[in-house]
Amino acid sequence: MSEAAGKIRKRNADTKMVPVPSQSIIPERDIGKMPVLECKHLGIDFGGLTAVEDFNLTIGRTEIAGLIGPNGAGKTTVFNLLTKVYEPTRGSAMINGIDMHGMDTVAASRHGIARTFQNIRLFSNMSVEDNVRIGLHSQIRYGMFTGICRLPGYWKKEREQHEKALELLSIFGMQDMGDVQAGSLPYGAQRRLEIVRALATNPSLLLLDEPAAGMNPHETQELMDNIIRIRDQFQIAVMLIEHDMNLVMGICEGICVLNYGKIIAKGTAEEIQRNPVVIEAYLGKQHQGAEKEAAQA
Amino acid sequence: MIFLSNLVNGLSLGSIYAIIALGYTMVYGIAKMLNFAHGDVIMVGAYIAFCALQYWGLPPVAALLAAMLLCTVLGITIEGLAYRPLRQATSLAVLITAIGMSYLLQNLALLIWGANPKSFPSVMIQLPTLSLFGDQLKISGVTMMTILANIAIMIVLTTFISRTKMGKAMRCVSEDRGAAELMGINVNRTISTTFAIGSALAAVAGILLCSAYPTLMPTTGSMPGIKAFTAAVFGGIGSIPGAMIGGILLGVIEILGKAYISTELGDAIVFAVLIIVLLFRPTGLLGKPIREKV
Amino acid sequence: MSAKKKKLIYNAVTFGVVILAFLLCNLFYGQMSRSLRAQLIPICCWIVMAVSLNLVVGISGELSLGHAGFMSIGAFTGIIISGWLLKGFQMENETLRLVLSIVAGGAVAGLLGFLIGIPVLRLRGDYLAIVTLAFGEIIRNVLNCVYTSVDGTRLVFGFINPTLPGTLLLNGPNGAVSVSKIATFTAGFLLVLAALVVVLNLINSRTGRAIMATRDNRIAAESVGINVTRYKMIAFVTAAALAGMAGALYGLNYSTLVPGKFKFDQSINVLVFVVLGGIGNTLGAVISATVLTILPEMLRDFADYRMLVYAVLLIVMMLVTNTPATKAFFNNLKGLLSRKGPRKTVEVSQRKGGDRA
Repeated sequence: MSEAAGKIRKRNADTKMVPVPSQSIIPERDIGKMPVLECKHLGIDFGGLTAVEDFNLTIGRTEIAGLIGPNGAGKTTVFNLLTKVYEPTRGSAMINGIDMHGMDTVAASRHGIARTFQNIRLFSNMSVEDNVRIGLHSQIRYGMFTGICRLPGYWKKEREQHEKALELLSIFGMQDMGDVQAGSLPYGAQRRLEIVRALATNPSLLLLDEPAAGMNPHETQELMDNIIRIRDQFQIAVMLIEHDMNLVMGICEGICVLNYGKIIAKGTAEEIQRNPVVIEAYLGKQHQGAEKEAAQA
Repeated sequence: MIFLSNLVNGLSLGSIYAIIALGYTMVYGIAKMLNFAHGDVIMVGAYIAFCALQYWGLPPVAALLAAMLLCTVLGITIEGLAYRPLRQATSLAVLITAIGMSYLLQNLALLIWGANPKSFPSVMIQLPTLSLFGDQLKISGVTMMTILANIAIMIVLTTFISRTKMGKAMRCVSEDRGAAELMGINVNRTISTTFAIGSALAAVAGILLCSAYPTLMPTTGSMPGIKAFTAAVFGGIGSIPGAMIGGILLGVIEILGKAYISTELGDAIVFAVLIIVLLFRPTGLLGKPIREKV
Repeated sequence: MSAKKKKLIYNAVTFGVVILAFLLCNLFYGQMSRSLRAQLIPICCWIVMAVSLNLVVGISGELSLGHAGFMSIGAFTGIIISGWLLKGFQMENETLRLVLSIVAGGAVAGLLGFLIGIPVLRLRGDYLAIVTLAFGEIIRNVLNCVYTSVDGTRLVFGFINPTLPGTLLLNGPNGAVSVSKIATFTAGFLLVLAALVVVLNLINSRTGRAIMATRDNRIAAESVGINVTRYKMIAFVTAAALAGMAGALYGLNYSTLVPGKFKFDQSINVLVFVVLGGIGNTLGAVISATVLTILPEMLRDFADYRMLVYAVLLIVMMLVTNTPATKAFFNNLKGLLSRKGPRKTVEVSQRKGGDRA
């Protein structure tokens, strides 16, 4: 009896205590709906290096969220954790209330996470339409045998794919470019095509990795409108990494600032802009440098 | 004792594989291509040594030097004529060209020396047989010579790569060709030098191979070539110590496998071991793991 | 629509060329030399080999150097099945026997492709290539040790010098003996058509697009929910099965066949067909397989120089087809002849290329 009690006591003594995730903010309209994404204490080490630590974030069902931070802060690593390119060392992530533990990239996609890449990853030898059709891979399906024997199902599903692909391409007015080879598109169009391809997987969370990189102000403006339109039309959540503060402050509802793999601030655009910690992370050193230069002059 | 004698034979065969594998691995590391014609350079080297001894009446050392010299010239010529124009082409195009070059060398040899196997003269390496443990373990002169040559080559090559300017240039080119060029390294000359060294080593390997197994035919080089290539991959292609370890292990496995498992399945055992190793270390024993950045 | 139309025209031309070639061969069969006639069935086999390897190398983007291994498995399976049916069951109907043998050859090769694919497809690039080569050599080596005979209606297998009862079908390193030659040119033609239907229809379907996606960008393909290993496996197994069928037809075209016939050089030969035909180009694979199979026969006038000429042609073709380099090559040649000037242009043109890379 006493031995058993000792064991229990000992087991309790081993319990590791962790702080509860700080309360996240989500848009008011999403209250009462299950959040799209809930990260708790997410973290990953590469060898001895901790790339992301204690990443806690909740994203509302139709939220447009921003993930910002200086270069090398671990933003893309967070995306890679969410799309299961890497398995997190610690913590958990839930997509639509389902624990992502043990999922691979394919499973993450099937559960509703779609993404674009910082360095564009299109199927560049294939046509624009085929790129979108590949995005529809899990949505409009038929078997290999049906395809080889050209059974009636083949023609029906192919037409369905074709129509759906054109519909998706028309979001960015690209419906006439279906036959163009994806690799030969201009840079901005390639970025847009990547978004269309991601949308084709019918996601509930769309991750955009620097969607405005290499775009001119006019294109960026258009992109901002389109991101909002996509959110409204598909009723999905968007999380984006971006260095263009105009875009981030313009469309992101909740913003999360990352530095050295840790979240240093969370809040609305206004809160973030006023946050001294964020200003220091972004401008601190530059400020000192400027003062020094001024002094030397 | 039989085991020891098998082991020594394995080491000797492995040393030959290792010397050939060095040529494959250096060329792969620096020019990023699989030089399928390398195995046939071995054969040419052996034929040259054969002619030097048999027809031109040269002493063994001169025959060795002649084979090395002519193979070096051959290697540089092949690289300059066939591979250099394709430096920007796809790796498959280069691979097919190398295969064409392999056919070319084999068929040239067929025309020049005929299809009949030549018996390689034993005068090339004249070392007494070493008897150990009261005649229980006999190590032939050729075997000793092969193992010693391998050790010597390993030492010289490692020193060359790590100490000399050209060695440094080679390492640069293998890391990043574009950056090396921007630093003023003559990439073409570096690659030519690599081919030269690889081909000279191939000549040595050819002579050692034919001293141990004295039948010389136009296809003599192809199977050892493939096995040495396997050895290079086994050790981690592009890595010089990897080629050494891979070659020696492969030779030992082949001889022991043939002796203790099955003579008929000797080759299958060698390749099966390669597959098993690659399953657990997908980039070979000493290869660096590749991680694609997302 | 135009891309779709292009695909349609391409497919129509591919089938048209094959059908026309078949009709012409039948029409002028009388005028053909004996050696050319003997080449007809092997040409069909090599076309199927090239088309199927193209599925792996061109469409799924993995370099396979062991394709002849699957061909040999198909060949010996076909020979065993055909011999078994004839000697065990007295099946005299040659067409039925041929069809059953080809199907069996394809099935066994496909199964083996699946088993080999499990370890192979975990690897990447050159490591994958060398392992396929290794498997090809293992298959040949193991086949060298297999002995098979028919005893009554029973099929008996032995390994390494056994004594088997009944009529011997497979005799280890001496291979298959007294095979009844039941392969026909029409069967070859139909097999080519079937291979083209499978490969071309596969490419233009959901499955084919998924395979090409894994080739173009593995990570992006995974991110849209494509199981890369699965689709690479589909391409690999389909190619292996087609190679097995080609092998069965090939094996039943000769009265004797040794495992040594399917050495690593044969895998390389098929790869040469694929690369010269234009990687990923099915019609190109068909044409180059045909031309390169006939070429050594056509070069008979050169007698001893035949393979030499073939080798030179191969190298020159590779140099010429990779056009930007061709100039450099001719410059090099000029430089060798005039010993001045042009070397510089070579270096300049290469530097330009280097910038691109």
